[in-house]
This record gives sequence, structure tokens and C-alpha cells, in this order.
Amino acid sequence: MEKLILIRFSEIHLKGQNRPYFENMLLRRIREAVSPFDGAKVTRSDSRYFVRNAGWDDAVIEKICRVFGVHSVCPAIEMEKDDFSAICRTAAEMMSSVSGSFKVRARRADKHYPTPSPEIAAKIGEAVLMANPQLHVDVHDPEHVLEVEIRDRAYLYSMIIPAAGGMPVGSNGKAYVLLSGGIDSPVAAYMTAKRGVHIDAVHFDSPPYTSARSREKVITLARILTDYCGAIRLHIVPFTEIQQQIYEKCPDRELTILMRRSMMRIAEKIAVEGRGLALVTGESVGQVASQTIESLACTNEVCTLPVIRPLICFDKAEIMELARRIGTYETSILPYEDCCTVFVPRHPATHPDAASVRKSEENVDFAALEAEAIAHSEYIDLYPGTGEDPEY
Amino acid sequence: MIYMDNSATTMPRREVTQAVARAMEETWFNPSSAYAPALNSEKALERARHTILTRLGASSAGTVVFTGGGTEGDNLAVIGACNALRRRMHHLVTTAVEHPAVRNAAAYLADSGWDCTVLPTDPFGRVFPDQVAAAVREDTALVSVMHVNNETGCVNDVAAIAEAVKKVNPVTLVHVDAVQAFLRIPIDLSRTKIDLYSASGHKIHGPKGTGFLFVRRGVRLEGVQVGGGQEMGLRSGTQNVPDIIGLECAVRCWDDAEPGRIRAIRDALQARIAQEIPDIRVNSPSDGTAAPHILNIGFAGVRAETLLHALEQKQIYVSTGSACSSKHRHVSEVLDAAGVPEPYLSGSIRFSFGAFNTQEEISATVDALKEQVTLLRRFRAR
Repeated sequence: MEKLILIRFSEIHLKGQNRPYFENMLLRRIREAVSPFDGAKVTRSDSRYFVRNAGWDDAVIEKICRVFGVHSVCPAIEMEKDDFSAICRTAAEMMSSVSGSFKVRARRADKHYPTPSPEIAAKIGEAVLMANPQLHVDVHDPEHVLEVEIRDRAYLYSMIIPAAGGMPVGSNGKAYVLLSGGIDSPVAAYMTAKRGVHIDAVHFDSPPYTSARSREKVITLARILTDYCGAIRLHIVPFTEIQQQIYEKCPDRELTILMRRSMMRIAEKIAVEGRGLALVTGESVGQVASQTIESLACTNEVCTLPVIRPLICFDKAEIMELARRIGTYETSILPYEDCCTVFVPRHPATHPDAASVRKSEENVDFAALEAEAIAHSEYIDLYPGTGEDPEY
Repeated sequence: MIYMDNSATTMPRREVTQAVARAMEETWFNPSSAYAPALNSEKALERARHTILTRLGASSAGTVVFTGGGTEGDNLAVIGACNALRRRMHHLVTTAVEHPAVRNAAAYLADSGWDCTVLPTDPFGRVFPDQVAAAVREDTALVSVMHVNNETGCVNDVAAIAEAVKKVNPVTLVHVDAVQAFLRIPIDLSRTKIDLYSASGHKIHGPKGTGFLFVRRGVRLEGVQVGGGQEMGLRSGTQNVPDIIGLECAVRCWDDAEPGRIRAIRDALQARIAQEIPDIRVNSPSDGTAAPHILNIGFAGVRAETLLHALEQKQIYVSTGSACSSKHRHVSEVLDAAGVPEPYLSGSIRFSFGAFNTQEEISATVDALKEQVTLLRRFRAR
């Protein structure tokens, strides 16, 4: 008999012939997640993963709950399935600390097991009831459910902790998120990673209009994201000169849209270089002038890679709520400049005219400036679990 | 690197770091313990106290309490004095440009029922003896006025202010926040009526986490840190002997010629900026009365924060206000209160000098300023 953590996975069961690919990817991600815990071992049976040698450690459970592709996590007891009376005894003990209504749900994955599922449930239910006078049976709307799974061995659990869901990171290619330091882009990165997409990031830095602290803030955000997304390469692109040239040579009201277009072109070049298959932004329709449908169209036309905009129809309040949940909010709202107000026009165009914007673009040698910016960009590789030194 | 932010903190002297390191290895015993090695700790502590008192000209006028820094000394003085007099007194006086350590201590007292008069200042941040005395009432427990303003470098005539206050009400205590002034503006406390005088170690090339509060003999404070009763019951907690030894070392190393040398650098920088960069405003007093180590200048048409980071790219480090408030995005409250007008207000930079600055740094600084101010002015907000 052993206390272990039983992991149930989500959508992978929808996959046909690709299923082993997804399952192996998820196994790798779970192993990475528990790697900081000495001795913890991850194994797989037909459609469950198990973490052994870690008991029901809350920290391990929390880590696994963050792995995309995991549907739910259960602190379970594993025992030999042949001694049915021992299973009944264990079940009765497990339920001794609760009261009210209960039921037993049984699943017989091993079809050679002599007792069929309904009978297993009934027998164990009887044993639990006999040993625990504080409980009564309610099969329709029970307060407690004891789950029994008969596989290679028997597994008993009464708690199902919902996990992140989604698909294992790395199972759906790689995308590059434009990470600003604001509230939205980290959430967009999180949501895209949740669909199994590996994330790298591009940040635009404008010294001296932005400081070392604002740069550090973006690094911190990316580091928080690694807890969910796995390793992230963060590219930092010097953007000051491009902003200054746009400011001097182009109409005021088009500053923002021209800047956005330049950022998209640069991000796409970096993405293509790194074999990325898409860009990710935190844009949401109508949130600011550069995010009206017209502005989005105008920004969109400069790149050919698909642009994933997970937040496109989210309200700001919904985005903030998500940011709080994943733990990026507190960092995002730190008051360091992420883009100098000098370069934000008082009256930005909300309905930019694409032809006029293209015309303004001729005033600046974007191709040369952007190549220069990419040549001078740096990158930092961030890995999960390196955020804080626990010894410190 | 050109470090011109010595009002934020200073680089500890080599002598200081060595003295602290040696003390951590040798003089680490608890000065309150009974055995012989502890006596050495106690002696070192008392010697440091004596060194500082002598430097203040106050060996017989009172004592100093070692604190964890300027803020703690200011808090102990303001809150401790008012606590001790709360049965008879209900009023305190301070100025609009005090450091938050005093300003917020006064605000804390105001919240708990004290009547607090906040004096307006002249355009440089100064208050004057008559003005302060006029605010003193029969129930005024404390007047707290800073010696040197940390942002403009203006100097208050604290001796005359104390004199004027005592003339109106001899019971009123006078506190002087001397964090920026200690050693830079020589003082002889025995010749003044100042009751409380606070300073910090890390502003004079000493260790952080050190400081002291001079308390005149006969002045009673009720502090808020209770415990084992160390430091005459005003600052319980085992004394930080090694760092206090470092503080003493910093005081001993400070040469009386230093302020004059620093002032020459400051004045040279001011002259060259005024000559070579148009459209600036000197926010510090220009009549020779400013502190020797602080120069505050507003550059029209640039944002101070951007200019700071532009200079940072050239390893020149300055400040836009006091370091404690630089994290917040707003104009300096002190300069605002002192009446510095826009567009100079939001382009104001503080240069502050210490023992390690040299005349040779001036040219590089002025060149960088000229280049960056010109560049940034091309991109002023439209």
C-alpha cells in the first residue's frame, strides 16, 4: 500500500494515431515539473500518470496542477487488487474522517478482474457504511465520492483537484509573444502556452526613456511564465532610435500605429529566424487606439505569420482577473515606464488609413533601422524554478 | 564611473570597510555582557560616542544615541519628544520640505490628535527664525527643521531658529534633521539651543544601518522601541558594534578641509552648466549660502527621469529627487513646495558630491549633459 499522486490528463484522449506523441510530451512536462523534488518519480500506466515517493506533498501537487495537459490531480492510495477485503478496509478507513452522504464510484479498467464495476461499488459502499455510522448513502447527489479504479493495481481516492487543463507545452509548435511589461501580454502568452504552444518572447526596450528596472520587470514576468510555459528565450530589442525617427519624420497621430507595425515586422523576423510559427499579442478589440479593428488590420498587414490574439474579445477586468490568477498582475502593475510618454501622441488615429500610413512609412528607412535593431538585440534564457533562490 | 548621487548614499571609505571587517572578527561580543572581552565592545562603543560628541562640540552638552540610520533618529526625535510632552503639549511645528522621515512622523502624530503647523518655505526651501518663532505657541512640544535640504541643498540657520524658538517658549524642544548636513556644515552644538540633532552614517562614507541622535542633557524622550533598555532606554536592542566602529571611522576620516574642496567642484559644475547649456534654472541658492555638496538644476524641455537614464548610459549617476521617492512617478514634492516652476520642475536633476569626486569629472559630466540635453530636447512632448 502506497500513498501516491494520481494524474488524469485532458484532451489527449481525443487524439488518434498521434496519441503516443502527446502522451510522451506530457510525461516529459510532468517530469520537469517534479524534478526539483528529490526522489519523486513519475511513471505512466495505460491512461494515468503517477508520482511516487512524494506522498501527498502539497508543493508537488501544486506544481503538477500548473502543467498544461493535466486535467486533474488526486492524492490516492495504491494497493494490490487481489485482496478485495483489504480494499474494503482501506476504503472504510479513508472515509472515517468525513460525515454526511457519500457514494462509491468504481472503474474497472482491467476487464479480467472478476467483479464487475457496479458490484465493486456496491460491496465497497457497504463496507464503508458498516464501519462509519456517521455516513449515509446518496447515489444521486452525494457530498463525498470515493473513487476506486481497478487497473494493474487498485487505486482509491476521494479528492479530485482540478488542474490547468489544455495541452502539453511543445506539442503544438512555437510562437513568439510580444511581451511589453503590461498586464495583457503575459496573459496572452499563458493562454497560448495552454494550447500546447512553446513560447519565446520579444521585448522592445527604449533606453534612456526606459530604465534597468523596467527591463528587469519584463524579465521577472517572463520568469513567472516559465512556471507554466517551460523555458523561455526572451529577446530584448533596442527600439529607441526607431521611435525617435518616427517621431521626427511622421505625422503625430500615426506614431503609435507606425511603431506597432515596426514591432510586428521585427518580431516576425526574430520568429522566423527561431522557427516560430506564429506571433502572440495581448491585443483586445477597442481597448486603446491602436487596438480598434481598423488599427488591428493596419498592424496585421505587415506580417504573414498568423497572429494569435487570445484576449481579443476579453474585457480588461477579465484579463486582470486572469493575470491575478497566474501571478503576473502584481509585477505588471509596477510603475516603471515601459514606453516613454513622449512618443504617445495626444490624439492617436483610431481609424488609421492604411494608404496614408504606408505613405508615412516611406519617410523612415525602416528596413535598415529594423535590421540594425535586430542585430543589436540580446537574449536571455529563462528556466522554470530559477526565480528565487530558496536558500536565500 | 562618475558618482554624483552622494546625497542618496556614499561609497564607504576603504578605511571604514576594513575597520568594520576587523571589528566583526574581533569586537563582536555583546557590549552588555559581563566578561572581559565584552568590555572591549563596550569601550569601543563609548569611544565612538565620544568621537561623535567631540565632533559636534557637545561633549558636555548631552549624549548621542546610536540608531539604525537617519529615519530612525528622526522618528525617535519627533515621536519621542511629543510622546514625552503629550500631557501638557498638543502642538508641533515643521516645514513643508522636510524629509519623509520627519514629515510622516509629524503626519502620524497629527493623525493621533496633535495639532501640526507645516511652515511654507522660500523658493529654495528655507524657513527663517522669525517665521518659525511666530508659529510657536504655549503648547508647542516640538519644532523640527532640517539643517540642509536634501533636494535643493539650501541651509537653514538652525542655531538662530533654536534661539528664536526658545525665546518664545523655553519648554519647546528643537529638533534638527542633519542627515545631509553632518560634517558638511560644521556645527558647535554647545553654542546652540538645539535639543535633538539626527544624522546618518552612510551619507558620510560610513556603513548603512548606522546613525545617531544627539540628545541634550535634561531632554526626556519616550521612544517606541522597547526591550532590554540599551542606549539609555531609547533604542533597545544589542548595539551594532562593528558598524558603529565603522561610523566612528568615517567621522575620524572626515577632514575639515573637505567641505571647501567639495564646494569648489560643485561651484565649477554650476558655472559650466550655466555657461554652456541654455534654458536651465538653478534650483539651489546661488548666493553662496547653499550646502557645499548639493546642486539642483532644472533643464527645460527634458524629463528628469529620461535625462537620468541617458547619463546612466555614460556611467554618470545622478538623481531626480531623493532616492526614497524616485520609484514613484511624480515631480519632486520638495521642489514643488519650494515653488520651482514648470518646465524646469519636471526636468530637475540633483548632483550631489562626496569625498571621492574630483575636478576632473566636471568636463566629462558637462559634455554628457550638453549632448544628452540637446538630443532629448529634440523629442519634447508635442
